[in-house]
Amino acid sequence: MRGETGMHVVVKDAVIAALVTALLTIPLIGLRLNVESTGLVLRTEMFWPLTAILVVFFGRLILPFIRRPTLPVKIPTEKIIPKIAEYRKVWLGALLVFAVTLPFTPPGGSMLTGLTMAMIYMLLALGLNIVVGYAGLLDLGHAAFYAIGAYTYALLNQYYGLSFWQALPLAGIAAGFFGIVLGFPVLRLRGDYLAIVTLGFGEIVRLLLNNWDSLTGGPDGITNISKPTLFGWEITRRARGEGETLWQFLGVDFVNTYQLIALYFIGLLLVVVAVIVIDRLSKMPVGRAWEALREDEIACRSLGLSPTMIKLTAFSLGSMFAGFAGAFYAAYLGSVTPDSFAFIESAIILSIVVLGGMGSQRGVLLAALTLTLLPEFARDFAEYRMLIFGLVMVLMMIWRPQGLWPASRRRVELPTS
Amino acid sequence: MDFPQFLQQLINGLSLGAIYALIAIGYTMVYGIIGMINFAHGEIYMIGAYIGLITITAIGTMFGCPAWLLIVSALAMAILVTCCYGWAVERFAYRPLRGSPRLVPLISAIGMSIFLQNYIAVLQTTRDLSVPELITGHLFSFTMDGFNVSMSNSRALILIVTIALMATVTIYIRSTRMGRACRACSQDIRMAGLLGIDVNKVISFTFIVGAFLAAVGGVLIGLSINKINPFIGFVAGIKAFTAAVIGGIGSIPGAMLGGALLGLIETFASAFLPTEYKDIVAFSLLILILLIRPSGLLGRPEVEKV
Repeated sequence: MRGETGMHVVVKDAVIAALVTALLTIPLIGLRLNVESTGLVLRTEMFWPLTAILVVFFGRLILPFIRRPTLPVKIPTEKIIPKIAEYRKVWLGALLVFAVTLPFTPPGGSMLTGLTMAMIYMLLALGLNIVVGYAGLLDLGHAAFYAIGAYTYALLNQYYGLSFWQALPLAGIAAGFFGIVLGFPVLRLRGDYLAIVTLGFGEIVRLLLNNWDSLTGGPDGITNISKPTLFGWEITRRARGEGETLWQFLGVDFVNTYQLIALYFIGLLLVVVAVIVIDRLSKMPVGRAWEALREDEIACRSLGLSPTMIKLTAFSLGSMFAGFAGAFYAAYLGSVTPDSFAFIESAIILSIVVLGGMGSQRGVLLAALTLTLLPEFARDFAEYRMLIFGLVMVLMMIWRPQGLWPASRRRVELPTS
Repeated sequence: MDFPQFLQQLINGLSLGAIYALIAIGYTMVYGIIGMINFAHGEIYMIGAYIGLITITAIGTMFGCPAWLLIVSALAMAILVTCCYGWAVERFAYRPLRGSPRLVPLISAIGMSIFLQNYIAVLQTTRDLSVPELITGHLFSFTMDGFNVSMSNSRALILIVTIALMATVTIYIRSTRMGRACRACSQDIRMAGLLGIDVNKVISFTFIVGAFLAAVGGVLIGLSINKINPFIGFVAGIKAFTAAVIGGIGSIPGAMLGGALLGLIETFASAFLPTEYKDIVAFSLLILILLIRPSGLLGRPEVEKV
């Protein structure tokens, strides 16, 4: 029991809670609008609302009796140095071997498209992780930079015939450049403005791509984008022009799966490079500055760091990786449409970062893999996917803001005598 | 653009701006007190529109009812339920996070927004639902230089209701005990707490007022445009936030001014540009304002304290 509350207070409390639940659930969950030939029709489905009301009512009644006084917070006793660090190289090597052999195993082979999409989301999430995880800036328009990367490659390929590997750095530069242009006015201000501005920017980019018919092809997008080459060999059925395909070189007959495997390897390569580059960056002064800025901006400024410049590097680098992901996506799919870059994509990438753990590369990689492959296994999941993602973001923030697999903080400890 | 056309755009722009202003007040009050962008606010507006339509359908199919009674009951029901949602969002998604790093409540807010949008989409279908035309006719309609200038009754209702609500909110904040507590909290929430103001109550109150106004906006826009879907809250939310920023975030008269301005700018822009570009105009304006005058028209520049 908390304090000297009498029974009538508890009952009153429970009645109010039940009433609020009734108002929350009856009109929206209990009454469903539907369009039928006769016009709008209301269906009533009172099972869930009534269950919710009863649960809340009785829950509130017993709550005071089962609630224990809050105990003092236990401070976890930390291990001095994580054991895993010693075997880190072995672990990473094993993981890489696994990733390389995966497409040749039966379960991996059947999920090649899913796995390659997972690589794209990994790239996107690694980029967003720099902005949200390391620098602590909320970017809700990551899909815009993804779109810029994709369209940069698509347009350069269509109008100038640039190959994937020629356009890839340009796509990254274009996305990074837009990141600087957008970030410069906003990053001088308080962090929250960035969230809403990037949200607006995401919409601007999508609307422009959708309406600028003469350049981007409007809602139909751009099709027939060249596939990337692998070490100079083409991976399509027939080589365009003079070139030789990888399959002719290897002396095997072309099967569609081979092309998927080749694309998977290009994706894997990009992810591995991104992981290494971002890992190095985060250990460099600029990476330390991102984290310092996230923790305390005023302290940073008084130590002589320029918050705007540091935020700008994080934001533009994060956008650059989204640009790479976009270029690969365009090459992988062979076509781009504005619909692929709606706000929902930004939301998915953000939930990957939040779920995996902000600032934790391994967590982000695992979350990207899980959330991309999950719909492959649970088909019913698709309808409720965004509903669950939204809920997961809220619940993670309440219960585990550091993510499912948080980064272990780098630290140096003095030897204890 | 000749004068009658200008007059017509003025009428359209102001009624659109009125809706933005109604939503913007919710953003600005929450920001003023807890310094956080409540991303879920646009969805609260959308929920208001849905409750309005559900009430109209429920009552309309059961008993034959005069239109005004339907509208009043839709408004009342929408306000009641939406206020509960506004309160519940704060209670469950934001209150447990008070005092955590700034990014944490923001992510929770965006998660809540995604959740509510899809919650309605799953429950009430993603299709466009048509709202019955309960308000017909025109307040006035005349021809000037061969151009028809008119103001429909639904637009007139939006303007009248909005102005009445704005006046009420302004007076309430200025002259009641709760209003004084709100102002105190927006100046210094910790000090207000030390002086015995129930800060949690004030914050809940802020969310309820915001939801109240957004619900009215939602029902009225449904009755005026006659079409709603679960995604209307998203764009309306960003635009209302833009309105709040134009006026100066944290300032209630600023939100009203910003709403009216944004409505006008958008309507006049779509008179010159293809209509698809009106959203682009609004969002570009947001970036421009942040570049030139981040504290908005009526806002005070923010001073960062240690």
